[in-house]
Amino acid sequence: MPKKLVLERPKGFYEKFERKPGDKSNTHYCPGCGHGVIHKLIAEAIEDLGIQDRVIMVSPVGCSVFVYYYFKTGNIQVAHGRAPAVATALKRANPKAIVVSYQGDGDLAAIGGNNILQAANRGEHITVFFVNNAIYGMTGGQMAPTTLPGMKTTTTPYGRDEDNEGPPMKVSELLATLDGPTYIERTAVWDNKSIAKTRMAIRKALQCQMDGKGFSMVETLAACPSGWKVDPKNQYEWMLENMQPFFPLGVKKDIRDERESWHRTPRDNSAEEVSEALDLNVPDPKLFPSEYKKDSYRNPSIKLAGFGGQGILSAGAMLANSAMEQGYHSSWIPSYGPEMRGGTAYCFVNISDQEIGSPTVSHPDVLMAFNRPSLEKFEADVKTGGLLMYDSTIIDVEPTRTDIEVLAVPATKIADGLGNTRMANTVMTGAYLAQTGILSREAMEQTIPKALKRKNLVDANYLALKAGMEFVENQ
Amino acid sequence: MAKELIKGNEAVVKAALLAGCQSFYGYPITPASEIAHAGALFFPRLGRTFLQAESEIASINMVYGAAAAGERTMTASSSPGISLKQEGMSYLAGAELPCLIVDVMRGGPGLGNIAPEQSDYNQIVKGGGHGSYELIVLAPNSAQEMADFTRLAFDLADKWRNPVVLLTDGYIGQMMEPVEFGESVGKLPRKEWSLTEGFNMDENLVSSIFLDTDELEAHNAHLQAKYRKIEAEEIRYEAYQCDDAELVLMGFGIVSRILRSVVDRARDEGLKIGLLRPKTLWPFPKDAIREVAGTANKILTVELNFGQMVDDVRLALNGSIPVEFYGRQGGNVPTVEEVYEVAKTHLSAAADVSA
Ligand SMILES: Cc1ncc(C[n+]2csc(CCOP(=O)(O)OP(=O)(O)O)c2C)c(N)n1
Ligand code: SF4
Repeated sequence: MPKKLVLERPKGFYEKFERKPGDKSNTHYCPGCGHGVIHKLIAEAIEDLGIQDRVIMVSPVGCSVFVYYYFKTGNIQVAHGRAPAVATALKRANPKAIVVSYQGDGDLAAIGGNNILQAANRGEHITVFFVNNAIYGMTGGQMAPTTLPGMKTTTTPYGRDEDNEGPPMKVSELLATLDGPTYIERTAVWDNKSIAKTRMAIRKALQCQMDGKGFSMVETLAACPSGWKVDPKNQYEWMLENMQPFFPLGVKKDIRDERESWHRTPRDNSAEEVSEALDLNVPDPKLFPSEYKKDSYRNPSIKLAGFGGQGILSAGAMLANSAMEQGYHSSWIPSYGPEMRGGTAYCFVNISDQEIGSPTVSHPDVLMAFNRPSLEKFEADVKTGGLLMYDSTIIDVEPTRTDIEVLAVPATKIADGLGNTRMANTVMTGAYLAQTGILSREAMEQTIPKALKRKNLVDANYLALKAGMEFVENQ
Repeated sequence: MAKELIKGNEAVVKAALLAGCQSFYGYPITPASEIAHAGALFFPRLGRTFLQAESEIASINMVYGAAAAGERTMTASSSPGISLKQEGMSYLAGAELPCLIVDVMRGGPGLGNIAPEQSDYNQIVKGGGHGSYELIVLAPNSAQEMADFTRLAFDLADKWRNPVVLLTDGYIGQMMEPVEFGESVGKLPRKEWSLTEGFNMDENLVSSIFLDTDELEAHNAHLQAKYRKIEAEEIRYEAYQCDDAELVLMGFGIVSRILRSVVDRARDEGLKIGLLRPKTLWPFPKDAIREVAGTANKILTVELNFGQMVDDVRLALNGSIPVEFYGRQGGNVPTVEEVYEVAKTHLSAAADVSA
């Protein structure tokens, strides 16, 4: 029996298109459609380069939405225009995979314009096959950014008017102006010679990714006889006549030789490595005891208020942190949104042996006022029987309430005496500790180094804390 | 166990890394930016991916790609950015891809402001994107829960192959509280369906397209069956002082913290008020609501919006007892005293009804 000649499919394609409904042997493309030709060139390149098991094809939205019917590779179908973004993450997760974004001109140049621009500029290690057929095929022949001047489409029934829609977009030239991409070429599939060039370009683009040289893209001028309403017999003449003048073929950028080869191997992190990196290797809390001077000092909600820059937020954070070190529940919340305006910054700290409900309260148990506006604004809010502490160096008025405990602390003067005005917040904190007995000096001393960005100030702040405590103890 | 005083927003990042999250794709927006800042700091330390994308649309699609590759992956944003992510979220749900999306809600509509609101409830819980799908929605109310729910989110996402949203607000994100982080997960099993280089990728397809009408109907039936299972297994809530409560307050996130103080205060005064706090907003704790309605005469829902979750409370109860609403908006957060006064009026009204 004579051997039957079978035209073998390239190994880049599935032998049978099982995912396709109905006929499993032929593609869904119209007769004469450029997608079919380009698919075949890609499938052959995948086979010849021996990368079939490493490729992930990204199917766009457009006539090529069903790329995944055909390519015997990893497959993913994505939202309109977003293929470069999806490909970005696929590649970063799978550095050894060859990630291919296959896109039409509506998908790539219109809705996904920024995504391709940014992926190219980041120099993502992906390959883009961009099919420029000057029209939206899938949705019924509407205008694309690449539609030619005067060309009639279903949304330019009078022909594309450059005054209304602008001129056709030259994407390859545009992307080639960026420093990020490595290789960009425009080819066509209108005769054997141009197809041969496209074949070469596709291989170069894939090889570019295999070599770790960065972003590669081939734009291919392709036919959409159905969208153009051109007889497939005449489509190539139509392209030569109409498309060629607008979209010059050739290499737009090629710096493969200049690029270092990129390789990334994902790392498995050990548990220790993770704790180390996240700064989680901290000692367990020491649970220092409290020695309350009065029962009413228990479970306070504290408002600290002053000018921005007086260390209000950090003093609050130190209190909340020390409370945690002593095994309390604690919370810290800064003033938020509109409250931040008007010269006062403030924060709330809660310290409690119970779970904390609302992190802010209208009537705090304790107010620490660091400037006059804060005192004037918040004095009235302090809970009856509560504690008001204020910096008597800076605030030149006296509180008027008689139903609360008032403690004037010359915090700024004490801090100045120690050589640094900005430690008034720590002095005040020390005074609060001595007054209430809620937090131990040891807990606070553990916290200070953690809270301070400038480590050379740690010792000075220990002194400030001590001075604040002594001020109260010596009263 | 060691604890760290940390902002909720930052706790999310540490917990995500401990949960084995490999990539973070973000775009800055207040008040969610601290999550991106912490992500940019910590992900590279472990050789993992942090990328500031060109937009929220790009970042959610990057999450789509990373999830398809089988990674634990996340993104974080705030209300306007979440609106942009909606198409991507629909695709993630349709393709059944696991991931974490954090929404630190702010004021709207439009540019609104950066202060806390809860007006994304509808766009997240009711599925703001196209198609019939559900996102698993977790609502933390402390820095500790920001961490715990982040870890839970990754587990639930993988278990159900479904996107999970951490729905939170600027308040919970900005607040520092002690957090205990727990151990880092070990090596996670490979996902059979994923596109992982070296593992028969040509057998796998990640997609949400079903051109054939019957196939799409079948796919949706499959999704709905999955959602019913999630509803049966994953509801989480906290009932506080509800056993004998005549009035039950409901709220989530920061509001639930305020409501807890309201309940404590009411109990000090001998008033029978309780709190029911959904920890999962979807699936929604309908049965728990019906149960408290057995003793309570009324429910008062408090939200930072003009009434969104309250609709679900009303649906759950189907008119069996009155459901009232109190809300603040624009970034204003009600005080304990304010809600307490409102609650008291409803309590006496509730007593009148029962009398
Ligand atoms: C968000 C969104 N907008 C619009 C569409 C509708 N749509 C589907 S394909 C397409 C145009 C595709 O044209 P092109 O990328 O040129 O591909 P072709 O079909 O020509 O190959 C449009 C607008 C969609 N699917 N999603
Ligand atoms: S409409 Fe055009 S692009 Fe689409 S399959 Fe037909 S010829 Fe190809």
